[in-house]
Amino acid sequence: MFLIPCPYCGERDQSEFAYAYQAHVHRPKDPDRLTDKEWADFVFIRDNPKGVFAERWIHAAGCRRYFNLMRNTATDEILAVYRIDEPQPKVEPALPATPSGEAPIGSGNDAVKVVKPAERGS
Amino acid sequence: MAKYSVVSLIREGLRGHAGWRRAWRNPDPRPAYDAVIIGGGGHGLATAYYLAKAHGLTDIAVIEKGWIGGGNAGRNTSIIRSNYLFDESAAIYNHALTLWKGLGRELNFNIMMSHRGVLNLAHDEHEGRQLKRRIEANRLNGVEAEWLDAREVKSFCPVINIARDIRYPVLGATLQRSGGVNRHDAVIWGYARAADALGVDIVQQCEVTGIRTENGQVTGVDTTRGAIRTPKVASVTSGHTSIIAGMVGLKLPIQSHPLQALVSEPIKPLVPCVIMSNAVHVYCSQSDKGELVIGAGIDAYNSYTQRGSLNIIEHQMASLCELLPVVGRLRMMRQWGGIVDVCPDASPIISKTPVKGFYINGGWGTGGWKATPGSGHVFADLIARDEPNAIAAPFALERFHTGALVAEHGAAAVAH
Amino acid sequence: MSGYRLSDGGLTDRGTTLRFSFDGTAMSGHSGDTIASALLANGVRIVGRSFKYHRPRGLWGAWVEDPNGIVDVAWNGRTTPNLRATTEPLINGQEVRSVNAAPTAAGDRWRKLDLVSRFLPAGFYYKTFMWPRWERYEPRIRALAGLGRLDPGHEPAADCAQVNARCDLLVVGAGPAGLAAARAAAARGETVLLVDDQDAPGGALRWRGGTIAGSDWRDWAEDAVSTIKAAGGRVLFRTTAYGVYDHGLVCAWRRREAGPDQLWRIRPGRTLLAAGAIERPLTFADNDRPGVMSADAALRYLRLYAVVAGRRIAVATNNDAAYPVAAALAQAGADVSVLDSRDDSLAMAECALAVERNTLPSAALGQEDLTGVLAGDLRLEADTLLVSGGWTPTIHLWRHAGGGLRYDERLAAFLPEGGMPAMRVAGAANGAFGLAAALADGHAAGGDDGPAPPVGEGHASYAIRPAWPDPAGSGRAWIDQQSDVTVKDVALAAREGFRSVEHLKRYTTLGMATDQGKTSNMAGLAAMASITGRAIPEVGTTTFRPPYVPVPLPVIAGRRRGQLFNPPKRLELEGRHREAVAGLREYGGWLRPSWYGADGAAAIDAEARAARRAVGLLDASPLGKIEVIGPDAAALLDFECYNRVSTLKVGRARYVLMLTEAGIVYDDGVVMRLAEDRFIVSCSSAHVAGVRMRLEEWRQDRFDPARVFIHDATAHWATIAATGPKSRDLLEATLPALPRQALDLAHMAVTETALDDAPLRIARVSFTGERSYELSVPQSAAAALWDRLTAGLATLGGCRLGLEALLILRAEKGYPIIGKDTDGLTMPHDLGMTGPMKKREDEFAGRRALFTPQARGADRRQLVGLAVDESAEPLPTGAHGYAPSGGRRRSIGYVTSSYLSPELGRPIALALIENGRERLGERIPLVHLDATFEAMVTSPVAYDPAGMRLDA
Repeated sequence: MFLIPCPYCGERDQSEFAYAYQAHVHRPKDPDRLTDKEWADFVFIRDNPKGVFAERWIHAAGCRRYFNLMRNTATDEILAVYRIDEPQPKVEPALPATPSGEAPIGSGNDAVKVVKPAERGS
Repeated sequence: MAKYSVVSLIREGLRGHAGWRRAWRNPDPRPAYDAVIIGGGGHGLATAYYLAKAHGLTDIAVIEKGWIGGGNAGRNTSIIRSNYLFDESAAIYNHALTLWKGLGRELNFNIMMSHRGVLNLAHDEHEGRQLKRRIEANRLNGVEAEWLDAREVKSFCPVINIARDIRYPVLGATLQRSGGVNRHDAVIWGYARAADALGVDIVQQCEVTGIRTENGQVTGVDTTRGAIRTPKVASVTSGHTSIIAGMVGLKLPIQSHPLQALVSEPIKPLVPCVIMSNAVHVYCSQSDKGELVIGAGIDAYNSYTQRGSLNIIEHQMASLCELLPVVGRLRMMRQWGGIVDVCPDASPIISKTPVKGFYINGGWGTGGWKATPGSGHVFADLIARDEPNAIAAPFALERFHTGALVAEHGAAAVAH
Repeated sequence: MSGYRLSDGGLTDRGTTLRFSFDGTAMSGHSGDTIASALLANGVRIVGRSFKYHRPRGLWGAWVEDPNGIVDVAWNGRTTPNLRATTEPLINGQEVRSVNAAPTAAGDRWRKLDLVSRFLPAGFYYKTFMWPRWERYEPRIRALAGLGRLDPGHEPAADCAQVNARCDLLVVGAGPAGLAAARAAAARGETVLLVDDQDAPGGALRWRGGTIAGSDWRDWAEDAVSTIKAAGGRVLFRTTAYGVYDHGLVCAWRRREAGPDQLWRIRPGRTLLAAGAIERPLTFADNDRPGVMSADAALRYLRLYAVVAGRRIAVATNNDAAYPVAAALAQAGADVSVLDSRDDSLAMAECALAVERNTLPSAALGQEDLTGVLAGDLRLEADTLLVSGGWTPTIHLWRHAGGGLRYDERLAAFLPEGGMPAMRVAGAANGAFGLAAALADGHAAGGDDGPAPPVGEGHASYAIRPAWPDPAGSGRAWIDQQSDVTVKDVALAAREGFRSVEHLKRYTTLGMATDQGKTSNMAGLAAMASITGRAIPEVGTTTFRPPYVPVPLPVIAGRRRGQLFNPPKRLELEGRHREAVAGLREYGGWLRPSWYGADGAAAIDAEARAARRAVGLLDASPLGKIEVIGPDAAALLDFECYNRVSTLKVGRARYVLMLTEAGIVYDDGVVMRLAEDRFIVSCSSAHVAGVRMRLEEWRQDRFDPARVFIHDATAHWATIAATGPKSRDLLEATLPALPRQALDLAHMAVTETALDDAPLRIARVSFTGERSYELSVPQSAAAALWDRLTAGLATLGGCRLGLEALLILRAEKGYPIIGKDTDGLTMPHDLGMTGPMKKREDEFAGRRALFTPQARGADRRQLVGLAVDESAEPLPTGAHGYAPSGGRRRSIGYVTSSYLSPELGRPIALALIENGRERLGERIPLVHLDATFEAMVTSPVAYDPAGMRLDA
């Protein structure tokens, strides 16, 4: 269970929140002008990164307000929280060392091998 | 491939088991293959096996970032069934079920395929009606299914409480007798050994870091163990499908979620079949070692951590205790998580892509394991012929553009 | 039979004698004993059998690390399977049974299985049992496997509370490091939560003893506990922190002395893991013989329970920690000799006993019981062999939290590597072996930069010389005692290519037993390293997963059972319904009356008739009442709904659909406009939360939140619907104060008035096709209104209306229930509602998706009616219509609702049928559970197609 810092209410247990998927998804202004494919892409396709993900949550059992989190989906670390009308802040997360971040030895599967910003090469 | 049998076991037993050979070689990657399959899980290894066996394509490699069977193949609850509502789903899952039936003997590896039956419980009249509708849909598709009333449920699986005065009384259930469970690791090793014997290179500890293309055609992959030239790359990396597809610039209608499971301590036989309950939201079977293997739903958020939220586990335990109160004296021995690729219509993607020579098999959501042989079989066919067959065709990427979804999630089936 | 209890000493209460039995034999112990200490004191050697070969198993450990002492315990009429004898307190009257053995552990009838063990190596079952099929063999194998037996007659109560706790610092382990850290932090004013799985503080000090800060360790520990409490902290004993979850959440299982167990969910500011270390076995031939025991466990049995493990004891070690054990047992009167793999060490030099240097056991002698030890040429008579192969730091929780590991060659152990802001490790778990080092490490971890408390003599040395399994050793040497995994099995796994540590585990089952490899994993991976010519860190560990020890399922489930499991929502008027003998069932999460009266079928029939002929009174309170308020309210609802809302006049209501962005019908409902800027969305009861979330998202996303506000008043208001030709009469008769204009409201009109000083909203909305009034009042006024209305029913020939009759009335009119008469593919035009998609040019949710090829395509499943002969039974709901297709039957859709219509006197049905509207008049075949039917496709509206009854 995440400990989620609601920007309006403070830290609360994840059970008070509902997940609302990717943040900064803008509904097309004029869907009629879109091809079927373009519309389908809007409806069905979202980012799914392993690493930094700007996502939306609603404090459903609290203030009922939507807000955005930046979370590292490789570690579940919460990197930033901001209102939905604010721009995406800059973060420096520890990112997977390779696309999957498979740990070099053992199984290591519960802990992705991540490289912290300070350790990252140029 | 030296044959496994009781005779070979006795022979080796008499000489200290010194004669057993590697179940599969562990080769270094070669510089070029006819096709490279990314992902040494069940579907990937099955794909390789059927490519080699059914299509004679043996100069191929399965590239696995860790150890084979280490992803979702080793993290599922190994439930096998094919009683899906929609024709398209029934076709592929039943194709898989047919292959499962003789797979142990075919691979000469005991995958412990136990057709012990799968019960889907109905807790109210509405659910009962939906399940009965599913039975008939199944039968129309040649999928074996039957209805048991409460007393028949009790006699098939005595541990189920059929009292009417509980929170979720059991009014009846569908039963697919040919459904059941198997031993997931054995399937992996069986496929690996058989594919290896046909000449397939199974390369472990080799992670793909990039896919090379020229003029919209695949030319090779970059890996942590060097570049490999190949005209065909097939991604079978459920959990990480989006990451691999991203290497050729493709964005997919897939989200990766945690899916958790757990086992109890082993006990003497208690649960003779697979029990699934959509309303209570839990499913359970008992392994041959005696552990209860228990699963539930996915975590709502995206994550690649192979762990999930505690509240899911808490609810799962409450669900199981509610369904089978006698298990309240058992203990949880181990819990874990996998990463499932979920498509908006809860059906998989088995498809060519806009990049020539790049094929995708993923998005199985929570239903991947049971499809393993069927998925590998039709995917091999797609890779070999560059055209989907009738079973694979409905699962092409284009369905999201045309709207021809296979909306299993709207079909009130428990998705496992 | 060689363990015994000394005549004095130990911490048990010798004044209390507890009677118990083991495998049917009567025995006794004392209050304060564990089952294991009592068994040992009674001279029991064989406590169980191994999983695979049914080898005899004796106690190896004295706490959670023990892989062998698994027992079923019957007490007070209930049996609990798979308890650990080493951790389970002895209780008077316990009947203890060994597992994997029949009839007794000592006389197990399957003991001969070991004779054929050479044919049953690791993974043998993967190579056989394939012909003719696995199921032929499976039942017998399953019956042999499994440990304890679950008592099918006993259903434990759901009484485990779950406690949420916060603290500045959580300390796991009340040994020297944990106590020192907790004490230091508390002294600095921090709120500390200290948890320990034993029943008293001290950790290993309790059996190893020591002098701290110049006096007995107990004084110091007591002072530490008071310091923690004085600073507002808590100390919980019998509490096992078993897992670390997201963002530092720690779960602990608390076993209370009186009362049910608890789950503690702890959100600490920081966590300090001071869980100590676990002693490793040594690996030699037949090292699984009963009588071979952990040296540290033997000391624990001696000090805590005054139980001596044997009379002639050999101690074999590769480190200094076993020497105090040897000395203590010698002092207790045992005949002790020592084997040490090393040439010299501090402890060896100080040891008064004879020590065989550079020597380790090569084999244990004896059959069911130990009779001696072979060490190369040396043969020792011994009934007990205590071994110490070194220590494995208990870093499970660190790994759960994602901490890194490094392999420390000097200590021959994996240690925590790197830092984590919210967790650190101290003491033996951090490789700080010995009292002084542990105290210092804990003291510093608690935030005190000053000197740690000084300790007395004799706790300094460890000096391990690794003694990993020898793959070339002769005989069968056990690595995992519970699962029967030997060094040869590891070699076989390596030979066959199962070299990854995870393949090793899964192929051999090493570490997969109930102890999860606490004593076996290190030896297993060391063996694999040695066989494959790799270093230990190159092999690596398997994944550490919760729980650290098996945790009872009810502790995790908590009290979410019965009515607290997915609790249904309750109606304000539930009491009134019960008085009227309502059959209550759950609909969309609400517990609602299905019908009124004892005979359900008759009641449903009568209620449905009454609503058509007279008046029915329905508690419709779960209907959504989401208020949308503000200058942009109309625009928001225009976007939310398929049907345009902004054209609605004040005081009017409109039936609407709501679509997903994929164009699928999500819900339906009625939107009422109470003022220019105030609407109520009366969505279906099961979708209130979902519709509210949709509205909120659009509002916050696409609109100015300052210009439109959403207030869900569903739970605040009760809604009572009077439906039927005499509904007006009912209102007139029972609510004389009601203004005339309220009674005269037109269909789909709404007004706000008051009744008995309470606000009252009246809407002419019909779910039955009859004249209907929906009366909404605050919940506080609901009972009075219901009472007045029900009082007038009898005179008019009306009655209360349950949900089942309502479903019939709706179906008669072809009013679809979203999710029942529609599915995940249904679009509005499939329900015949094509107006908005043809006319609306403004944007609304899901609009674009109505124009994709699939949405416009042929073969869509459309909602139609199905008619069968008047005398026929109603079609089964769920029956499939079919068409022949290449020799098979292809489903063309299915029956969604089907009833016998009391009013029409014939069966009616709704169905989603491919091209249904083009098939009107066509007869189609249907099939359901082997029975076939035939029906004619009709309009979905079976009753009053012209809609004349709405104003009747």
